Amino acid sequence: MYDAPSLERNVDQKEIKFSARNVQVYYGDTHAIKDVTVEIEDNTVTAFIGPSGCGKSTFLRCLNRMNDTIDVCRVEGDIRLDGEDIYDKRVDPVQLRAKVGMVFQKPNPFPKSIYDNVAYGPRIHGLARSKAELDEIVETALRRGAIWDEVKDRLDAPGTGLSGGQQQRLCIARAVATAPEVLLMDEPCSALDPIATAQVEELIDELRQSYSVIIVTHSMQQAARVSQKTAFFHLGHLVEFGETGQIFTNPVDERTESYITGRIG
Amino acid sequence: MPATWLVLIVLALSAIGYVLGRQRALQNAGGDSRALHSLPSYYGWHVALMALVPATGLLAVWLIAQPLLVENTIAGQLPDSAIPESSTRSLVMSDVRRVADGLDLAVSQGAMTRDDAATLRSEFTQVRERLAEVGVALGSDVNAAVLSAAQDYRSMSRVGNLMMTIAVLAIAALGFVYALSRTDRDFRARNVVEQGIRALLVAAASVAVLTTLGIVLSLIFNTLEFFKLYSAWDFFFGTTWAPSFGGGSELGVLPLLWGTFYISLIALLVAVPIGLFSAVYLSEYAPGKVRSVAKPLLEVLAGIPTIVYGLFALLTVGPLLVQIFGDDGVGIMQASTAVMTAGLVMGIMLIPFVSSLSDDIINAVPQAMRDGSYGLGATKSETVRQVILPAALPGIVGAILLAASRAIGETMIVVLGAGAAARLSMNPFDAMTTVTAKIVSQLTGDADFASAEALVAFALGMTLFVLTLGLNVFALFIVRKYREQYE
Ligand SMILES: Nc1ncnc2c1ncn2[C@@H]1O[C@H](COP(=O)(O)OP(=O)(O)OP(=O)(O)O)[C@@H](O)[C@H]1O
Ligand SMILES: [Mg+2]
Repeated sequence: MYDAPSLERNVDQKEIKFSARNVQVYYGDTHAIKDVTVEIEDNTVTAFIGPSGCGKSTFLRCLNRMNDTIDVCRVEGDIRLDGEDIYDKRVDPVQLRAKVGMVFQKPNPFPKSIYDNVAYGPRIHGLARSKAELDEIVETALRRGAIWDEVKDRLDAPGTGLSGGQQQRLCIARAVATAPEVLLMDEPCSALDPIATAQVEELIDELRQSYSVIIVTHSMQQAARVSQKTAFFHLGHLVEFGETGQIFTNPVDERTESYITGRIG
Repeated sequence: MPATWLVLIVLALSAIGYVLGRQRALQNAGGDSRALHSLPSYYGWHVALMALVPATGLLAVWLIAQPLLVENTIAGQLPDSAIPESSTRSLVMSDVRRVADGLDLAVSQGAMTRDDAATLRSEFTQVRERLAEVGVALGSDVNAAVLSAAQDYRSMSRVGNLMMTIAVLAIAALGFVYALSRTDRDFRARNVVEQGIRALLVAAASVAVLTTLGIVLSLIFNTLEFFKLYSAWDFFFGTTWAPSFGGGSELGVLPLLWGTFYISLIALLVAVPIGLFSAVYLSEYAPGKVRSVAKPLLEVLAGIPTIVYGLFALLTVGPLLVQIFGDDGVGIMQASTAVMTAGLVMGIMLIPFVSSLSDDIINAVPQAMRDGSYGLGATKSETVRQVILPAALPGIVGAILLAASRAIGETMIVVLGAGAAARLSMNPFDAMTTVTAKIVSQLTGDADFASAEALVAFALGMTLFVLTLGLNVFALFIVRKYREQYE
């Protein structure tokens, strides 16, 4: 890896967005995340891979403090966003979540119209000064979520009436509309067909220009296609973290190798 | 033979049937239960059910039908001369029944022999005194026609009872033997028992439905009876409620409906915001510990009998309000019984009802909705206002309507807290009364049940029934619509 100076320089240019040190997460007595230390860069797509139940979603939820809503969940360690401890008492989790958007593993549109679903975030954060501006934001977001063409004629229809894949894209549009600095995506393409998947991947690549994106995926190809960095989790441990190309072609840990070649998982 | 004995015998027979049926099936299969079509116990149940169900069914029908039949026959036989000027056939019949019961009692206490009771003549014996000895008080002397009718009544009942015993036992035995004779290894006992159980469940459901129907029918008939005596127009649109048992009553329902509406409105104004807010607090904000203490406490509140709330209204809330709004204070409240008193207390009564229903409904909103909203950087109250309440709204409206129909049907708090004066007034500190409270007062006391003043209770009941039914149907409709959303 050190014999690729061009890559090295490329990495150096990027700022660290998230830096997590010795993070432990417990659900009651279950130790779900064990001593994870990782640095996530700005303007980068980072993929989290690993077998089911290894703690990818849990770690993702630590980054915008969504775990606060689970009573039994306890987070220890130090997570910094732009150098600021996000678990500090002075930090308002609501403010944090506006900056760190999230697309959930299961699509969860609100029982409101498609328009209101997307306009929800901009409205609470006062991002639009006029109705026209809000319309504009909603349209852009729906276009970026690769769903505009399908719903442009029925923006007043309930979001819950869409198909599973459409709902997932609606949720992506909803998260994008709030203009977060970091976007956490938990298996955003698990319910999508190849075409929509390609569109979402295109979106992710586009978002990388201005944001940092973290994506959890079970598809090795997807991780290889969209991400620059990859983290491999196994049984709550962060086993390996590095350049995507290097993880997929030349993994250091044998568990990583077994997983990407399909022997564990 | 008394019915309890009959039931016991039939039960014993069916227990024996279970054992025998099971044995017989096993024997038929040579002791190998695998050769049977069904599990051995099904053969037992088959015989037991066949012995039990038809017999008890017959018993139930007979117990209901026989008194009606006997009563009608005897009433038909009563000569017109036996009915005094000022009385009616049904009043004389109630005398007949009392005398018959009295004779039964006298015989069972040994104060009279069976033959004595059957041959007694009012000309020779002081029936009234002799019955008084065994503790049956009669209003007037027993005349010959009533006595002989009572004696007929007894003998018919006795014959009926005998026939009932024979018929029930015969049916039980028949079912027993028939079922046992059909028991062999290929008999599909499992399927038959399944059908039997289905029939039992259908019977239970029909009892529920039929009694409801019966209640409604009796309401309707008595209401029609009332409208023969009093004009429906005056009832529905009359603005004065002034019953007088001497005749010339004014029975307009409007003041009562107004009172019902006004008190319920105040109750809901108290209960809905408080109940709803506490539900939101409990389900969204409260830490687990608070919730686990507060929720059961609220539900205890729901278990307090309404008469206790009534006392609370009468002794605590009323006097307190008088202190503030009475002559020494604002001066708009005359007495402690008022619409406000009853409404406030009824509101308190409804708080747990609203909050516990709303809490369930709010909890039914999927966690994913909340996550979605928090994930976009919404605060708790924004999430509650913009996501949770809209999603739960139909259910909450349903809960409020159910609370409203409880408020409308509430009686004790009104009787004790709102007073008894029926009036149309806007002042919430005036005493008023409601439909339910007036139903009670029209039927207590010695009203003649055939008079318009008593029958009006049925018309009131019917009005109330239609109102609450409408509300309930509407509530159910809304709640059901809501359920479809997350399926
Ligand atoms: N709300 C919760 N309460 C208790 N335990 C939980 C909870 N959520 C997750 N866990 C546990 O934490 C561990 C990690 O779960 P997590 O959801 O992070 O896995 P994952 O890697 O996202 O899996 P998948 O790929 O299937 O989504 C699992 O063992 C799970 O049982
Ligand atoms: Mg997951």
